[in-house]
Amino acid sequence: MIVQALAFYLFAGILLMSGFMVITARNPVHSVLFLILAFFNSAGLFVLLGAEFIAMLMVIVYVGAVAVLFLFVVMMLDISFADLRKGAMQYVPIGLVVGAVLLSELIFAYGAWSFAPESVANAASPAAQFGEISNTEALGRVLYTQYAYVFQIAGLILFVAMIGAIVLTHRVRPGVRRQKVSEQHARRPEDVLEIQKVTPRTGA
Amino acid sequence: MLELWETYGIWTATTLMYIGLIVGVVLLAVAYYTYAERKVMGAIQRRQGPMMVGPFGLLQPIADGLKLFSKETIIPSQAHRAVFLIAPMMMFALSLVAWAVIPFNKDWVLANINVGVLYLVAISSMSVYGVIMAGWASNSRYAFLGGLRSASQMVSYEVSMGLIIVCVILCTGSLNLQDIVLAPRPVWMQVLLFPMFIVFLISILAETNRAPFDLPEGESEITGGFMVEYSAMTFALFFLGEYSAMILMSAITTILFLGGWLPPFGIAALAFVPGVVWFALKTALVMFVFLWARATLPRFRYDQLMRLGWKVFLPLTLAWVVLMAGILMSAEALPGQIKTDPALRKPVIETATEAVGGTVKGAVEGVKEIFGPSLRERLEKMEDQAEENLEGEEAE
Repeated sequence: MIVQALAFYLFAGILLMSGFMVITARNPVHSVLFLILAFFNSAGLFVLLGAEFIAMLMVIVYVGAVAVLFLFVVMMLDISFADLRKGAMQYVPIGLVVGAVLLSELIFAYGAWSFAPESVANAASPAAQFGEISNTEALGRVLYTQYAYVFQIAGLILFVAMIGAIVLTHRVRPGVRRQKVSEQHARRPEDVLEIQKVTPRTGA
Repeated sequence: MLELWETYGIWTATTLMYIGLIVGVVLLAVAYYTYAERKVMGAIQRRQGPMMVGPFGLLQPIADGLKLFSKETIIPSQAHRAVFLIAPMMMFALSLVAWAVIPFNKDWVLANINVGVLYLVAISSMSVYGVIMAGWASNSRYAFLGGLRSASQMVSYEVSMGLIIVCVILCTGSLNLQDIVLAPRPVWMQVLLFPMFIVFLISILAETNRAPFDLPEGESEITGGFMVEYSAMTFALFFLGEYSAMILMSAITTILFLGGWLPPFGIAALAFVPGVVWFALKTALVMFVFLWARATLPRFRYDQLMRLGWKVFLPLTLAWVVLMAGILMSAEALPGQIKTDPALRKPVIETATEAVGGTVKGAVEGVKEIFGPSLRERLEKMEDQAEENLEGEEAE
């Protein structure tokens, strides 16, 4: 048990610290790198909870895909962040107000939190009702039966978002020469080549 | 205290021993993989390869390692120091960490976890960061270009690799690597998986930034890519990481497609050879493909690389996932699928074979229609035509 506790404090400590560094780091690339560290440590926390599937998805999706794009964008930016920071102090009061509102809302939500009576028994080990099966299988079983429609709708929303992103960023540029591989493959020697037999001293 | 030692100490000690063993073997394999690369490429290009240091040049990798150790590590003055140094370490560490879940033989695995495949995908998707960080932290244009290229390349090919892994998982019904090896695979299933095996082989070339997809290094256009500013040990870490990742990818291919430690083609008579030997031999076979491709193929152009990844592999693998799922479902071979009465099942298979046969026949005829007579025949015909013309002119 003591090892689990130590691991928890290690992951949680690094998570909080890197979360703090995300918002305080001077260099935006460092911010994103700390964000990645935070994602990674939260995956570690999921492993401690016994949710290894979620942990791996966390790393694959957030670390492997989302944060790569963040890093891409941030690295390409050419902004002087010292200039950006100059007037930042004047927004501190508004920031504090927003923060206080969010914090109080969180406190209220947590204070009024109650578990459904039938789920309290399952709260400690969410996969217990399925017996000795892995949590990947347990997730699959509820995702494709009980929550099949919700799951499909989530998929559709993502699909629409994907199409939207393509439509918004797609530019039709006239006059761009593209390689058409199928046309290149379809070229026949007859169309482009002529074989001439040249007899000596007469020319073609 | 004794109690604590009994509960954790022994476990920690044995685990550390295993880790040491695996790392040692992997590093030795990396050293001699570089030697094998130079020898194989030498043989393909009709040279001798290393032959001066030790018998047959066998001590060459050790000499190279010592040389790299003794060099000076240079950090560019404009580089972001911390990130610059973390990048190679991360690259190297990630390529070793993944070995934790690889089963070398039955129950010869450090961590037999239920999500082994996902763990491997996660680790391989993280190794992009080593490259991006190196490219950015070097504060050099060539390194940055190399880093960006590598990042988009690895992200692109990961997608189709994921779908290929889905195909395998459809057949095995488990994310555990040992279960994947041990899952029964009839011949027709292997035939179905074979195209995915080929695509996977090509994808791992791109995923490890190897020739013919070694654009991130592309020495002809961006000098050395993301590792152009690195020297001595920092360079050596990148180098070790790259080769270790290649061996790792070969091991993954072996586990997913070639049956891991099991004897080849399921020949029971060959089972007397220890499983590790089969595992090593099969991995070496895939590792040879890396060298073979490097010595044979010219480098892809960047747009061709992206086209192959997104317009060829992605649709192909996506369609294959659907196809395999459909076939497995109709053949009732999905893991855990409830089987119907065999008496009722036969017509399903017959109709399926008829449908597949019809499709294949149609496809063959279509291909014949498109390509017509072979290129050689057409060229010969043109030559004959030219000769006839010539004769006609002479007669005039």
